[in-house]
Amino acid sequence: MRIDPKKCVACGNCVAVCPMGAIVVDPTINRAVVNTDECVECYACFRGMSMERLNPSVVRGLRKVLSYVRLRFDPEPDVCPTSAIIPDELSWPRTIRRAFSDVTATHESTGIQGRGTEEVKTNDVTNRLLLGNVGFTVELGRPGIGVRFRDVEQVTRTLAEAGVAFEEKNPVTSLMTDRASGALNPEVLDEKVMSVIVEFAVPAERTRDALRLLKRAATSISTVMAIGVSVRCDENGDTDVEEIFAAEGYESLRAKTNLGIGRRELTAQLEGQEVRA
Amino acid sequence: MTHTLHRFGHAKDLASDFIVTMMPAKGINDGDAVAKQKAFLSAAIKYKPVNLGDSTKGAQYRPVKNGSPMMHWRRDAKPSPEDVVKGVDTPTTVSAVFDNYEAVRSFVNEVKEMDLGLSVNISSIPAEAIRCCNDCDLTRHSVEYSLGFQGRTEKLPDETTLKLSSMCGHGMVSATFAKKMIEWVRSGRRSPQEASRYLARFCVCGSYNPSRAAELLGDVAHTALK
Repeated sequence: MRIDPKKCVACGNCVAVCPMGAIVVDPTINRAVVNTDECVECYACFRGMSMERLNPSVVRGLRKVLSYVRLRFDPEPDVCPTSAIIPDELSWPRTIRRAFSDVTATHESTGIQGRGTEEVKTNDVTNRLLLGNVGFTVELGRPGIGVRFRDVEQVTRTLAEAGVAFEEKNPVTSLMTDRASGALNPEVLDEKVMSVIVEFAVPAERTRDALRLLKRAATSISTVMAIGVSVRCDENGDTDVEEIFAAEGYESLRAKTNLGIGRRELTAQLEGQEVRA
Repeated sequence: MTHTLHRFGHAKDLASDFIVTMMPAKGINDGDAVAKQKAFLSAAIKYKPVNLGDSTKGAQYRPVKNGSPMMHWRRDAKPSPEDVVKGVDTPTTVSAVFDNYEAVRSFVNEVKEMDLGLSVNISSIPAEAIRCCNDCDLTRHSVEYSLGFQGRTEKLPDETTLKLSSMCGHGMVSATFAKKMIEWVRSGRRSPQEASRYLARFCVCGSYNPSRAAELLGDVAHTALK
């Protein structure tokens, strides 16, 4: 992302809306500029701000006059008055920034929008997480701090050492050059993104080990990570992981519950398979 | 992704925060998902959601791309849920956000009766989802629990800012902007409702809860007076 210096009037509205704090008004040129190393190409500024198409010279003149008489216009805080925010053409490996940061970008590896997969949101249809297994989603960089792939690799290497099986249909797994060691493509290690989800599953009896492993992995990174734990419920809709959470010092105040009303469609391809997962 | 899961908060302020999402399974039941997702969103409108969204096209609060200078004085604050329904043209994740349990229960009951065949999830306090399943005669299929944040948590902003910014799980609501809105409400430059709408416009998928945001922003001003 960049800001066109010919259009920018240094109103500063875009400074606060950048989730990564990558935009600043440069006092030497009196224009907003993007720190491209910190920018994760999330498009929050370009897409989230409303745009006007005012003449930059007129706006600068007005701002100067008002400033001279110590008056200040109180504009809407989410508007770029001159449509000065311009998306850049991205090339590899920078393309990966947008893929992991812009919510509307579709991942080539998963075919869905976002940084992860369908997880248990469609488990009633896909049956990807079965009874007796526990799924983990480790979202590095969330909330709002961002992450470089160097930190992601620290975690994937720690998990790989413990012998976890990474989720096949996950964008991070597709970036691994060696799944046994958790090594990522070295070309992406310095790239910064909004967040990255590492997914894996373990047998239910290894839930405590996995939680402890993640606590250890968290000490080796320079960012934050959000932990999600997924389970398939029994026939009564119950789970027993809450006891493990409590024993390990966790309290879960938030959960995503799959209501079990999805089903497979009977197409020629799927005929003969179980209709309801 | 886990975009509604890791909302920071306390039991009290998370109790009135519900997101009901519908998602097709890619390559399995996404063939006629568009019509079903439109039906889901249309049904949700009857129960007065506080937000509605399609993760690819936008939510009921949206930025304008060719704004008039008059928007600084007369901005259209009305949500446009019908535009969200009209905009769905490809299989995606659609969501409806509610701020009260009764609306969620009634909506989920209707969705169940509609029998659309796509996966439906509720993101909420776990106990409230169990209550909803019991009331609607449904059995929970799977659950994903949030265990909060680890690592360099000292880098996170203060609690109120984090409550406001973490409502957009995709990270589109900047903590700096949330802080700015807190200050604007504290200094009387904008009402909590106006400030909450500014924040909601950045959340593309429509899972932001402007009702909870307005309450949090209002609390900030009231707490400062005590």
